[in-house]
Amino acid sequence: MNSANTKTHVPTAPHDDHDDQSHGSMRSYLIGFFLSVVLTAVPFWLVMSGVLDSKMVTAIVIMAFAIVQIFVHMIYFLHMNARSEQGWTMMALIFTLIVVVIALSGSLWVMYHLNANMMPVHDMQQMP
Amino acid sequence: MTASIAAPANEEKPVFYQREEHGHAEGGSTMLGFWIYLMSDCLIFAVLFATYGVLGANYAAGPAPKDLFDLNLVALNTAMLLFSSITYGFAMLEMVKGNQRTTLMWLAVTGLFGLTFLGIELYEFHHLIEIGATPQRSAFLSAFFTLVGTHGLHVTFGIIWLVTLMVQVSRRGLIEANKRRLMCLSMFWHFLDVIWIGVFTFVYLMGMLR
Repeated sequence: MNSANTKTHVPTAPHDDHDDQSHGSMRSYLIGFFLSVVLTAVPFWLVMSGVLDSKMVTAIVIMAFAIVQIFVHMIYFLHMNARSEQGWTMMALIFTLIVVVIALSGSLWVMYHLNANMMPVHDMQQMP
Repeated sequence: MTASIAAPANEEKPVFYQREEHGHAEGGSTMLGFWIYLMSDCLIFAVLFATYGVLGANYAAGPAPKDLFDLNLVALNTAMLLFSSITYGFAMLEMVKGNQRTTLMWLAVTGLFGLTFLGIELYEFHHLIEIGATPQRSAFLSAFFTLVGTHGLHVTFGIIWLVTLMVQVSRRGLIEANKRRLMCLSMFWHFLDVIWIGVFTFVYLMGMLR
């Protein structure tokens, strides 16, 4: 192809929010990578070695690590900030998170109770 | 107090819309649109995670996560995906600098890491199916294969997309349109890594704890 049609990007005035896209820097990628490695390695080590006696505590700790790591990825790899696209990416993210939390907690909550109530443990002789 | 909403004194009608389309750079809304696609994809995974959360303990007297999962393999898989994320980041940095050759090289490295991830996952699935832990075995396994399989399918299509873009870049160079496509794939690729964090924590690590 000739090089004449390579310049299709017309720099036009007010809505040219193309260039405020952050690409990150070598430094931010390396920080993100380092943090991710630590935040991945620790949960694996916790589960594989079983250092913590309580499984409950281990579960809570690895969940916390996962949440922190998701934030690290969002900030250092996906370059999320409150300013990109005039804040609309953040708005979409917040909306999605609300829906995700409702879907997850709602399903788990309802189905847990349904499970408990469907247990065939009732002794029919005891019924009035 | 109502002076501000009174009709204008001169006879000019008020205009509630813009008469002329103002300038939009080509592809200026692509990134936001793609982000919204990713958010909808996020909802798919949320539903699959919820399904796994509900059904994940119903083994039907079949194998449990402890009998099936090999955490060393999962750790290796996680490392592959993490490496592919950082190498894609390097590709993006080279793209910004305008180095076509190094961009293509880092994209190729990313693709190889992605393929390794897929290979390990397929090996794991093959192993599970061979020992009888098929999706039909129990509700837990159905939910497991659906969730992890959907993620794997996303990675597969990501690799196809990556190869397509490598061909595009090598033929057309780092033109504006290709840069935009590479940025979309960058978001897609990092997003898949974010989903994988949920998978290895919620499915594999929590499964081993049960």
